[in-house]
Amino acid sequence: MIGVTHYVALSFLLFAIGVTGVLVRRNLLTVLMSIELILNAANLNLIAFSRQLGDLNGQLFAVFVITLAAGEAAIGLAIIISMYRLKGSVNLDDAAELKG
Amino acid sequence: MGEPFIFWLFAAIVTVGAVGVVAMRQPVHSAICLLLSFLGVAGLFVLAQAEFLAAVQILVYAGGIMVLFLFTIMLVNVKRAAGQPYVHTQAGAGLLAGFLLLAIVGGTVVASSRVRGLSGAGDLADPARLATTSITRDVTRVVDGKNVSTPVTEIVIGNSQAVAWGLYRDYLLPFEVASVFLLVAMIGAVVLGKRTMERVD
Repeated sequence: MIGVTHYVALSFLLFAIGVTGVLVRRNLLTVLMSIELILNAANLNLIAFSRQLGDLNGQLFAVFVITLAAGEAAIGLAIIISMYRLKGSVNLDDAAELKG
Repeated sequence: MGEPFIFWLFAAIVTVGAVGVVAMRQPVHSAICLLLSFLGVAGLFVLAQAEFLAAVQILVYAGGIMVLFLFTIMLVNVKRAAGQPYVHTQAGAGLLAGFLLLAIVGGTVVASSRVRGLSGAGDLADPARLATTSITRDVTRVVDGKNVSTPVTEIVIGNSQAVAWGLYRDYLLPFEVASVFLLVAMIGAVVLGKRTMERVD
């Protein structure tokens, strides 16, 4: 039988894959996709506990997380486009102005 | 063919998609894998009695955010970076950090499930609680020429209805704040994305 632990374990696996993507990839687009994976993991966690406890508040919070993800994707992709205009590339290593 | 089979099927889809996002070299392939992962998560939402959120997940993520990603991939010329390495020089350290995170928190999840005994379904709540909500409203009637209002409690059936009552009754202010947030995000994206105007003198 599938309990909340299965959902939480899967959500955590998704989170770890997302964090690894943020740390490992050079392409800014893929880093943003990994952040979406992390937000999805948070949603999965909320839904799992909502199901376990029979509490609708988890689903309502997930709605707000999805809203946040939509805004974050719009702003993030706009930043990527303006960085591409500035530097002609979307590689994270090329944005090293703040490096000491 | 029960709930466990469907759970493991969608879990495999989600995991394969997520690994593909990180491992694929071309951003377009990563985006396709991300779509696969989103659809798997939507399936898990249905399995966990969150039907409305599953629909929202497909509409917003697979519809909206994915189109945004594909447009951006189209706009920035990613072909040029094809020959270069697609991971950092410190990718090994990043991978190690990811596995450490997985080990630490994964161990915590397993340990806490043993302590609390949450893995069993014995303490699973009644699924009907996620599909119904009770609302109280005043019903006004005219009795002997006077308006008499009596509170009436009724049960509303359906996950979408329950989520809607929660959003518009219990979380009205956060809902409005979220709409303002989306407006700000939209204006910010337009301002960041527009070309700098040539000064015409």
